Parts: sequence; structure tokens; C-alpha cells
Amino acid sequence: MIPAIVVFVYLAVVLYIGIFAFRHVKGKEQAEGFFLANRSIGPFVFLFSLFGTNMTAFAILGSSGHAFTNGIVTFGLMASSSGLVIPLTIFLIGTRVWALGKKHGFMTPVQMFRDRWECSHIGTLISFVQAALLVPYIIIGIMGGGTTLNAVSGGLVPYWFGGAIVALVVMGYVFFGGMRGTAWVNTFQTALFLIFGAAALVVIGVGMGGYRTAAQQMLASPALAPLLTRERISPLYFFSYTFIPLSAIAFPHILIFTLTAGKMAHFKKTVILYPLCIMAVWLPCVFLGVMANRVTDVPQIRAKQEARRVLATQGKTMTPEARDQLREQSAADDVILQLLDRYAPLWLAGLLGAGIMAAVMASDSQILALSTMFTKDVFAFYGGKERFGETVQVQAGRLFIVIITIIAYLVALRAPETIFELAIQYAFSGYAALSPLLIGALFWKGSTKWGALAVTVWVIATVVAVAVFQSVVPAPAPGPAVVIWSLGGTEVLSRTPGGTAVFGFMPVVPMVLGSALLMFVVSLVTAKPAATTIARYFGGPKSLERADAH
Amino acid sequence: MKKILLVFAVAVLYILHQDFWFWRTAHPLVFGFVPIGLFYHGCYSIAASLVMWLLVKFAWPSNLEREVEQQISEEEANA
Repeated sequence: MIPAIVVFVYLAVVLYIGIFAFRHVKGKEQAEGFFLANRSIGPFVFLFSLFGTNMTAFAILGSSGHAFTNGIVTFGLMASSSGLVIPLTIFLIGTRVWALGKKHGFMTPVQMFRDRWECSHIGTLISFVQAALLVPYIIIGIMGGGTTLNAVSGGLVPYWFGGAIVALVVMGYVFFGGMRGTAWVNTFQTALFLIFGAAALVVIGVGMGGYRTAAQQMLASPALAPLLTRERISPLYFFSYTFIPLSAIAFPHILIFTLTAGKMAHFKKTVILYPLCIMAVWLPCVFLGVMANRVTDVPQIRAKQEARRVLATQGKTMTPEARDQLREQSAADDVILQLLDRYAPLWLAGLLGAGIMAAVMASDSQILALSTMFTKDVFAFYGGKERFGETVQVQAGRLFIVIITIIAYLVALRAPETIFELAIQYAFSGYAALSPLLIGALFWKGSTKWGALAVTVWVIATVVAVAVFQSVVPAPAPGPAVVIWSLGGTEVLSRTPGGTAVFGFMPVVPMVLGSALLMFVVSLVTAKPAATTIARYFGGPKSLERADAH
Repeated sequence: MKKILLVFAVAVLYILHQDFWFWRTAHPLVFGFVPIGLFYHGCYSIAASLVMWLLVKFAWPSNLEREVEQQISEEEANA
């Protein structure tokens, strides 16, 4: 029960920071104050909060679970590629969006797209697609909260109650604290999981009798040794993963957060330190996930390994349903929790549980982003602000926060978690494929609203196509992929144990390339925005004056 | 020239992510327990940070900063 008490204390601290620490801040009843913290976030909070916003439950629990099953490849797949691509996109795209936000007052990406391409309903469609891809994260966050509280309390806190507490805490500080409260909570949470990630590495290492022995034992086992290499993952699959981090800057909550920096210089530390922060969090998680395979005295870990072994040796002769059941049994997202339960003293397990809870609760910025999008892209755009005024606009945003949290909680109670884990996988590819919208808007004068529409329709079509394909064609047993369509001896479309392959690549590669091509070709043959509009984006202040004069 | 070198540095780093040379081996174990493939990508993260530092140092879009500052000072003067 001690770990659960520590986690409850942690939740109380978070609630205090989010709600009460900023109750005297000026302008929080104005839209800019509530949704963007008056565009005045400092460099330290900007770095930690932006990083923490990206470190979801999927990043912390999912990384160790993925490493438990697939080995050290997890770090190269998801962390080091992000360490290059994400800061690069923040440097190239984030800084430009920040400057345009300051100059033209944008608060959401769609506000910028509508202005840049002179469109209205196409913007609404983009906003809808962004929201649809974001909702699964919020549901997963509440589910993760329920699961974690249930685990750290030894089952004393039921799943429904744990989920309700997490939903209420997150809703509370987002509702009252807006962007400033959320940013400070994220900063506190990031500091927590940076510190406790390192603590977990040391405590579990000592408990296991040192990593040298564990690594040698794994190397000596034919079943476990491949986990210390990347031989189970194809180089094309590995390469495909470098496209996934393009999703980060296209996530509305990340792009909206870039608008909160007080000065553009605040981006400098974030860009430089981002790869190191990713390394500091992911390296311990991945390493511990791999090393958990050597733990022989935890029945839950043994059960996962046994399910994995049966799936690998007998999977081909099983029904798809039986394979899915074994996959669920071998799922290892709770492996870090199991290690803490086994090796950490009770008080430290509580602190580490709080660190994990911090990652699980990253859904706060997504809830706030959805609220900002609803308020600015829908409510204000369709006349709500003019009719009801600025204050009602913020109240509408707050009401939306309550509604979306309640809906997410009710869905989290009834639906199986695996559905939303899959949805998140599709969402990463979907957002990556939306990134040409930003590149087109910011770097190419020739891009048009019809190009943007083509990209959006393409993203909807391909995300749905992959989802339908994977539900119709069951996943094969571990081993070679099942070829569904080949052309002249070349494998075009395959069903792999973990998903889909197109010419051997993950679907994200053709999705992103297709988006970029559509943006280019459709924009070439359709009418451009007015010269005055283009001048406001590419001409600098003098051109802006000229444009306004006309 | 400076910008070309920076683009080249980013492109080289992107290519170096695909380290096929350590694909099928765990050896040597760095510090006695870190497989070389994992150690390589840890070092890669540090290299990425260094390249980001170079970008910030030599390719910072200060024109955007100036435009915003100019607009703010104009607005303040008008107010």
C-alpha cells in the first residue's frame, strides 16, 4: 500500500502545481492566456515541457515492453532516430510557426493553414482528422492510469477507480491551469522520470546481481542472445522507422506548444538538448526491458516468456484467435512495474511508480490541444467568439475539456486496450503523413489548398486501408511475412507478425511519400492563393507592408 | 558554403543511423554489459546533439526573430 500512498501524494502535488500555483497569473481568462500561457514560457520550462509532452505512456511503458520482446533494436528504432528528426523539425518548422504565430496571432495549426491557403472547410476537415488521430492517446492515458494505480496498490485500488482519479486530476489542472498549469506539471513530471529512470537502472541492477552477469547469461542462451543484436528486424523495417518521428511536429499538441515560447531563443536549448533527454529516458527503459528476460524468479515475466516461446514454436499451426491470445499474454508493457515490484524497496517503488504515472499522464497536453482546436477552429471560426465574446470562448474550451475527459473515461472503462494501442500505431503514421502540410505551407510558395485537401484525403484513406487490411488478414506467427500481393516476383503487399509491409517498408514510408507527391502535383495544377497572402509568409516585413497597402 | 556543409552533416548523420555493420553482433560488450549496437546508438544520440548545436550556431533563422521584434516595437510605438 506504501507505493500507492506515494503515488496519491504525487497526484496531490501535481494538482497543486496545475491549479493553485498560478491562480494569480494575469490574463488567464483570455484565450491567449488560457490556451498559450500568453506566449511567455521560459527556456527551461519550454524544454522540459515540450519533451515531457512527447514522452507518453507509450514511450515509457511501451519502450521497455517492446525491448523485452524485440531486444536492443528498440532504442535505434524509436529513440535515436527521434533524437535526430524531432529536434531538426523543431529547428526548421517549430521556429517558423512560432514567428508566424507571434506575427499573425495563430493559436492552432489549422488557423495558419486557413490563412496561408485561403480556405475554410478544408481547414475544418484537417482539424477533424487531427482530432480523430489524437483521441486514442487520451483514452490510453486514462487506461494507463487505472492500470498503474491498480498495480502499485497491489490490486487494492480497482481499475475503474484508478482511471477515474487520474481523469479527475488531469481534468482538474487542465481546466483551471490551462497551458501554464499544464506546462509546469509536465516540467515537474519530466524531472521526475529523468531522475527515477536513472534510479531504477541502479536499484534493479543491484537487485539482479549486476548487469555484467545478466548480459553474459543472456549471451549464453540461444533463445535470448539475439535480443542483444538486431538480427530479428530487417534493415528496411529499421529504415522505415526514421519516418515515424516526422509525426512529432505534426501533432497538434506539440505544434501548439511551440507557440508558447516567450522568445525564439528559447528553442536553442530545446533543439540542442532534445537528443540527450531522449537518450536519458529511453536508454534505461530499453536496457531494463532487455535485461528483464534474464529474471527467472518473477512468475508474471516467466509467463510472458512462455507465451512468446509457444507462439514462436507452435504459432504456425494455431488459429489466428489463439495466436492473438498468446500475443496478449506475451505483451510486456508492465515489465518495468514487475521489475520494480521485485527489486525496489517499497518506498522507492512508490516514487518510481509516481515517475511512471508521470509518463502515463502526458494526455493532459493532448486534452488541452483538443480544447484549443475546438475553441479556435470550430467555435470561434463559425462565429462563436463574435456572438458570445472572449470570456465565453474560454468557458467553451473548459466545457470541452470536461466533456472530452468524461467521454474518454467511459470509453476506457468499456473498450479493450489493444484497440487503442493499435489506433496509436496508425496515428503515428497518420501524423507523419500529415507533415507535408507543414512543409508545403512554410517552405513552398506554390502550395495550394487543393494540395492540402489531397494530402488530408490521402491520409484518411491510407490509415483506414491499413486498419481494414490488418483486421481482415490475421497476423501470421513470428517468422517470415505472408505475401498477399506480388508483381513480377517483387513483394508488393505483405502481412507481417507486427503489421503491414509495402515493398518491404512499413506503411508510413509510402504514406509520407504519397502525401508529399500529392501536395506537389495537385498544387502545381491548381490556383495559388493571392500574391498578398503569399507575401505575408515569404516576403518579410517590407513585403507585408506592401501587401497590406494593396 | 556553410549551409551546404551543415546539410551534408545532417545527411551523413541520417545515413549513419543505418549501422548495418553492428547488425548481427553483440560484441564487444562495452563496460562488460552494454551490447555494441546499443552503445553505438547512445553515441549517435550525442552526435545528433552536436549537429544540432552546429545548426543553432551557424544556421539560426535570426531573420524571423528580427521580423517579430520589429513588429512588436512598431505595435508598441503605435500604441
